[in-house]
Amino acid sequence: MTSPPPGTAGTTVLTSEDMHRALRRIAHEILEQCHGAEDLVLLGIPTRGATLAKRLAEILGEIEPAFNPEQRCGQLDVTLYRDDLRRLAPRTLGSTALPKAGIDDATVILVDDVLYSGRTVRAALDALGDYGRPRTVRLAVLVDRGHRELPIRADHVGKNLPTSRTERVTVRLQEVDGMDDVAIAPAEGSRQ
Amino acid sequence: MIQLRHLLATADLDRASAVEVLDTAATMAATQARQIKKLPPLRGRTVVNLFFEDSTRTRISFETAAKRLSADVINFSPKGSSVSKGESLKDTVLTLGAMGTDAIVVRHAASGAPHRIAHSGWTNAAVVNAGDGTHEHPTQALLDAYTIRHHLAGGTGDLAGLSVVIVGDVLHSRVARSNVRLLETLGANVTLVAPPTLLPVGVETWPCAVSYDLDQAIDQIKPDALMMLRVQHERMSAAGGGYFPSPAEYQREYGLDVPRLGRLADAAIVLHPGPMNRGLEITSAAADGVRSVIVEQVANGVAVRMAVLYLALTGKEER
Repeated sequence: MTSPPPGTAGTTVLTSEDMHRALRRIAHEILEQCHGAEDLVLLGIPTRGATLAKRLAEILGEIEPAFNPEQRCGQLDVTLYRDDLRRLAPRTLGSTALPKAGIDDATVILVDDVLYSGRTVRAALDALGDYGRPRTVRLAVLVDRGHRELPIRADHVGKNLPTSRTERVTVRLQEVDGMDDVAIAPAEGSRQ
Repeated sequence: MIQLRHLLATADLDRASAVEVLDTAATMAATQARQIKKLPPLRGRTVVNLFFEDSTRTRISFETAAKRLSADVINFSPKGSSVSKGESLKDTVLTLGAMGTDAIVVRHAASGAPHRIAHSGWTNAAVVNAGDGTHEHPTQALLDAYTIRHHLAGGTGDLAGLSVVIVGDVLHSRVARSNVRLLETLGANVTLVAPPTLLPVGVETWPCAVSYDLDQAIDQIKPDALMMLRVQHERMSAAGGGYFPSPAEYQREYGLDVPRLGRLADAAIVLHPGPMNRGLEITSAAADGVRSVIVEQVANGVAVRMAVLYLALTGKEER
């Protein structure tokens, strides 16, 4: 989860329009591969994954009128399931809000902004198990920047972005940061 | 995000960190509504409950909190241990340290015992004060603040502008000391109400108002929250130890009865840290009434202690 100071982005790799097109494509891919929107539940990983999940749910609602974005979209905080709690300063807990109908036997689409080491997704899978038993879990990310440390892959990717480990990828979203873009900067320091 | 090295007194928390503890507790409380209540962050860590004084709710609350976070819990009580053979506090703590303890939750009759354990170099463990003598009981104050915030401040932020009246045996009460500090830090206006004999020397230096008259306090301050303290018989000699003429008189002057309950504002809540002396500082009608949040306090205690253990036991190791 990135929290970049505004104005420090490097090269822009996705503009607002690119981002919207990518999300629309992902929405269509999800509907195609899941054979419709029945039993679909979108769960975003706070902070920006949750925002992306909301946007994706709205697009799905436009395409499939039977899909109710409010009742099928939630967020899943994975902080307490992370494996690096003893390596970094204590983390602020985000909130978890699942759809009222729960996730048992649903097709859950986990949504995050950047897929990097895969550890956040590992934590999310553990967390999901404590909330119910989905029939299928799929993963949608806006950016896949490679360098996986666990055997995890995304089912839906907005953009594959080859990076080096020292580069920094920042995702900014209108709802959180006041603007939409994805940028890559050579800066070292904070890991995605 | 704050990292708690120890939690010994509420005076150690500034407003921002106190609010962070309460926010963390709120998230913890939300997880406790699920079917699977156990969370993994303290897997493989060991928490020792070192209780030199009797306690039901605090010990069980800490034990539940630690277990919900997947820590291993060891309960220690001096009865049936080497303490009854004369083992010193230092040797007990060194023994626990040798077994690899990550956190020690201490209750002790001597004020300052947790501070001694934390700062004497006997152990690297995080020390959480679960009540020391007549000094502090910080997690109780945090759960009281959490309960007040939940009912009267929308469950977020601080307690700015709320008025809280704390009634009863302030002299022997670590709960009162911790609450005065914490509630003041969070921006509430605190008034202590007690007979002069049950107020400690130096109370005028505390960040709160003091009154001897409960009726006057209820009518003039119109408290948002009324906290009744237990009359601590075990710390007094027989027949009230001369602190008050008789239980009946105490009950008449300082007990929360039905008429006083009726004069409280509509939204006002009644707290009690427990265990209650029903019929002395609080009548059953008040304890079981609609304003009473006493049972809720116990539930909130688990969430608050989960937050404290989480903040003390995660984060970078410097031990």
